Amino acid sequence: MNNRLKVLRAERSWSQQDLADRLGVSRQSVNAIETGRYDPSLPLAFGIADVFSLPIEAIFVRD
Amino acid sequence: MTKHMSPAVRRYLKRLSCFMLVYVLVLFLAGYLFRHYPPQGVAAVALAILPALPVIGVIWTVFRLLVEETDEYMRMLFTRQALFATGFCLAVMTVWEFLQNYDVVSHDTHGFGTTFVWFVGLGLGALFNARALTRSEP
Repeated sequence: MNNRLKVLRAERSWSQQDLADRLGVSRQSVNAIETGRYDPSLPLAFGIADVFSLPIEAIFVRD
Repeated sequence: MTKHMSPAVRRYLKRLSCFMLVYVLVLFLAGYLFRHYPPQGVAAVALAILPALPVIGVIWTVFRLLVEETDEYMRMLFTRQALFATGFCLAVMTVWEFLQNYDVVSHDTHGFGTTFVWFVGLGLGALFNARALTRSEP
């Protein structure tokens, strides 16, 4: 699964740690999701969508 | 370093330190008593089992981390590490026992048993995790 996390983060000038703090996860988790090495669970994906105030499908896209 | 550790990892390290300290103390105590005041019967069984208890505590500590870690990616890495350790331990002990069955190696393990091999597997699993965590770092 691909995602637009890096772009969305850059638009807000957030570091990986900033996003991790907002999500309540580790920076390593954000890095793993961003680089496509880990697909988040549905609750975490909804959490990410809430943080960016976007629908999930605007962040995560199928390969 | 501890700043970015999750509360679950901090609890894990605290528990691990406590159990390892107790293990060292109990191991020396049991060894001393068996050498100088060898117990008999039930007391001998109880004293022999005593050093195993903190080791069981360490095993509980590892699996407790899997329950308490709320960061799902880190929990996945810890779970993978524990599964790797289990597979590694089963593989090594299976080979070792066949070697023993055919008297190719000694039946004396010099105190290093299944749990020791599992912890070696846990260490190897930690190396794989470290590699996964450093890959694609910005």
